[in-house]
This record gives sequence, structure tokens and C-alpha cells, in this order.
Amino acid sequence: MISEKHRGKRIGNQLLFTGPAILIFLAVILVPFVYGIYMTFFQWDGVSSTMPFVGKDNYVAVFQDGKFWQSIWLTIKYVFFMVILVNGVAFLLASLVTAGIRGQHFFRTAFFTPNLIGGLVLGFIWQFVFHNVAVNFGEKFGSSLFATSWLGDEHKAFWAIVIVSVWQYAGYMMVIFVAGLMNVPKDIIEASTIDGANAWLRMRKMILPLMVPSFIVTIFLSLQRGFMVYDVNFSLTKGGPYGSTTMASMHVYDKAFRSYDYGLGQAEAFVLFFVVALATVLQVYFSKKLEVEA
Amino acid sequence: MQTRAALQKTWIYAVLAVSFCFFFFPFLLLLFNALKTNAQIIDSPSSLPTSLRFGNFKAAIEEMGYFRSLWNTFFITSASVVLILLFSGMTAYFFVRNKTRLNDSFFFMMVSSMVIPFQSIMIPIVSIYGRKLGWIHDQPQSTLIFMYIGFGVPLAVFIYHGFIKSVPLELEEAALMDGCNRWKTYFKIVLPILKPTSVTIGILDVLWIWNDFLLPTLVLQNAGKHQLTLPLAIQVFNSTYSTNYEKFLPAVLLIVLPILIVYLFAQRFIIQGVTQGSIK
Repeated sequence: MISEKHRGKRIGNQLLFTGPAILIFLAVILVPFVYGIYMTFFQWDGVSSTMPFVGKDNYVAVFQDGKFWQSIWLTIKYVFFMVILVNGVAFLLASLVTAGIRGQHFFRTAFFTPNLIGGLVLGFIWQFVFHNVAVNFGEKFGSSLFATSWLGDEHKAFWAIVIVSVWQYAGYMMVIFVAGLMNVPKDIIEASTIDGANAWLRMRKMILPLMVPSFIVTIFLSLQRGFMVYDVNFSLTKGGPYGSTTMASMHVYDKAFRSYDYGLGQAEAFVLFFVVALATVLQVYFSKKLEVEA
Repeated sequence: MQTRAALQKTWIYAVLAVSFCFFFFPFLLLLFNALKTNAQIIDSPSSLPTSLRFGNFKAAIEEMGYFRSLWNTFFITSASVVLILLFSGMTAYFFVRNKTRLNDSFFFMMVSSMVIPFQSIMIPIVSIYGRKLGWIHDQPQSTLIFMYIGFGVPLAVFIYHGFIKSVPLELEEAALMDGCNRWKTYFKIVLPILKPTSVTIGILDVLWIWNDFLLPTLVLQNAGKHQLTLPLAIQVFNSTYSTNYEKFLPAVLLIVLPILIVYLFAQRFIIQGVTQGSIK
């Protein structure tokens, strides 16, 4: 630890080094967070100069807002499938591109590509694929699965979002798994092979337990991204058809900025925050336990 | 034994090839169709283009104000990232070297704030900086940069903090003995050592800010067309009822292109940076 002798100099350096970051951090995150709590007790349309106090009314309204809970359930369902599929596909790809074949670096680079492009633009690309290319394919080959646009059907539109998310994040989680797999010591794998362990046994008894830390990271990241999904939702389906694919983030956005109900929107935003916090805390808690056992 | 290994290899290649097609066919379709007429796009989206209509690109560039938006995106991203790196590095350095109760509690606050998702504070942000202070109306781009710094600082300070702890004190002590002040010590001695960490944070932040959509939508909503970033500028082609693909697809391609070109040259750094940044 280094410390200045003069008090004035110490305070001066404190302000110089930490002042800008702390000030902006407080202004952009902490103040809005606290003000957000305050807002939930008022009714405001975002324009008028008066903001009447309504007490717990907004929270009561949250529980009566059926559309909101529908969006929360849809988000949970989406997160469930997305987390499993993203991690499954990513782990499979990671094991293949670390198998020591020629060109594995090329494949890693390729699978990572969607992560360079934002969810919005990815959604636009796939909107074209689902809307035009798939339908055209369905008409030409008489495939009933693709004969009508997936984005026009509420169940298929949901799966379209899941597919695009898997496509978007699998490469990202893959590189994290690759980093983990590289750290699996080669000698214990070789030793077990000589001892007669087959590939399945090696995977289950040695590689998977050693990969638990990687899984903690990837599941945490995909959970967080899944719960907060907005861009792909917006560019692929805009919440449609008939609001059937409106996820929680989009619902909150619409509540505040389209229905001009800021207080209720913010109360719902906080409920969403608690759902996400609960999910991630539970995930970290249970996976840490798993790590100890392994 | 030999044949089994060969068989296994064939399987690996087969699965990888199929996945590769799944990952790249949307990009290929984009490339093919960007050069067709609207009628061709709708009739036969999966065929190769028969004529190359580069005019599509010209129309898209003009209508979305491509170069203007590209510059805006570039300016906002680079200004935000440089300032995030500058402020966070200094702060993390000071937090590590001056462990006071105040500094520890600020560090703790920053780290815990990382669990707050953007969506749970976007409404108060718009209320404070829009209606109450009027920043969003007066200075949309600077406000946006200001916010990116606020959102970027916690993770950057966290990553820098972890690294600076491992930097030996002796170097700095020697510099201080030689008459360097804190400021000089940081910029001449510490910052150069932090270079790999800065690259990691920089890559993470560039990818995030360049592609960000929700925050710019909220902050630049009232800004003129000439102030928009790429993800916002492309909205002119995308309406709920009809999409003019002839301009829309070239526009999408034009947005993707700069990033892919950078990726082609810096792929190793980017993948490394993202991995390093996520594991921490």
C-alpha cells in the first residue's frame, strides 16, 4: 500500500483517480436504481408535471396484470429451452473442435461469428430466412412444416426465437468450454485410456466433473442473457403474432414507453429483476455444491 | 484401431460440416439476395443472383445515411471505450493501492451493481435524463457516451482490480523514490503493464457498444436522423407491414460488413479477449 503523507495531496489524488468513474457510476446506475424504487409508488405518464402518489397501487396492479405474468412465464419457458440447448450444442461443438483434427481453429472462428453481430441484426437476417426463404422452400417442396411463415404462428414463432438464440450464443459458450477443455490435464486422460476407460466413461467420470467451473460460467451467462432478451425478440417477431411472443423485457418497455405507465412499468421491471436475481443465485448456489462434490 | 480412429474422425467432420452449414447459410442467403430485385427475392430467395444489382447498395446507403451512421457508431463506441478504460484503470489502481474503507465500499458497490440488468433501470434513466434534466434532448450523443461509461465502469474496474493485485509494488516504489508523482507512476509504469487487460476489456466493450440497440433507442429517440447509430438507422427499412427487401438486405449486409472485416484480421484477439473477459 502506498499512501501520501499530506492530507491535501491524498484527497486530491483520491478525487483525481477515482472521482470521474465513481461520479458517473453513481449518476448512471445507483441514482436511477434508487429513483426507480421511488417511482414505483407514483403514477406518471412520462410527460405531465404532476406525479401523484399512489402508494402500493402499482404493486397491486402488477399482480393483476395478466399480460405481464404471461410474458414472465413465456420468458421462463424460453430461458429453460434456450439454456439447455445453447449449452448442449456449445459443449458438443467444443468437444469436436478440441478433438485435435485439422482445421479446428477455422471451425472455432466460424462458430463464434454470430456473436460479433448484435441481436437486432441477427434477428433481421433470420426474419428474412423464416419469412421468405423457408416459406419459399415449403411451397416448392410441398413441406407443410414450412408452408406458412413460422413468425406468423404463435408456437412456431416462439421456437424461431429459441433457434435464433441458440445460433447466436452457442459459439460464445463454445469458446468458454474450449478454454476449459484445454485445461483438462492430458496425462490423466491418457492414463485412463490405458486403464481401459472408454470415451463415455472418460466423459462422465473425468471430463464433465472437471468442466463444472466452465458450466457455472456459461449457464450463468446464458441465464442472464435469456431473461433479458429484447433485441432478437424485437427484430424477429416484434412480440407478435398478436402479442403471443412478447417476453418480459419487451412487456416492460411497452408498458412504460408505449402505454405511458411509468410507475407500473417500473414496478414490473423490479419484479423481473427479482426473478432474474433469484434464478442466478439459485444456479450459482447449486452449481457450487456440485463443484465441491466433484 | 487405425480404422476406428479414422471412422471417428469422419464423424467429427460430418457433424462439424453440418453445423457449419447451419451457422453460415443465413449469411450466404443475405449475400445472394442483396444483389437481386425485390421480385427475384420473393420468387426465388434460395437461388444464385442472375444479375448483380449494385444499385441496391447505393439506394440503401443513401436512404439510411450509411456513412453518417457508421461514423456516429464509430465515434460513440471509441469515445466510450477510451473513457471507460481511462477512468476504470485509474480507479481500480487507486482502489488496490489505497485500501481505505471508503474505497472498499465503492468497489463493493460497483461489483454488486453488475447484477442489475439494464431493463430494470431504463425507465428511471429516461425519466431523469429525459424529462427532468433534458440531457437526452439537448445532447443526445454525449449523454449516450456518459451512460456507456456508467454501465461499463463496474466490469472494467472489476477486471482491472483483479489484475493490478498481481502487479508487484517494487516498481512503483522505485518510481516514487525517483521523484515520480502518483499520476506519472500510473501512466508511465502501471498502465503499460496493464495493456493485455486493457485489450481484453476494450474488445468486450467495443462488441457491446457497437451492437447495442435498446439504450440508443431510448437516448437517441428524439435526435435527428444524422445522429443515429447503425442499429437505429436500419429501422427505416423495417416496418411491420411491408419490408422492402431490395434495400433492407443490402443495408443489413452493410452493417455486418465492417465487423466481419475486423474479425477477419483480429479473430484470435477477439476470441481470446471474450474468453478472458467472461471467465473472470
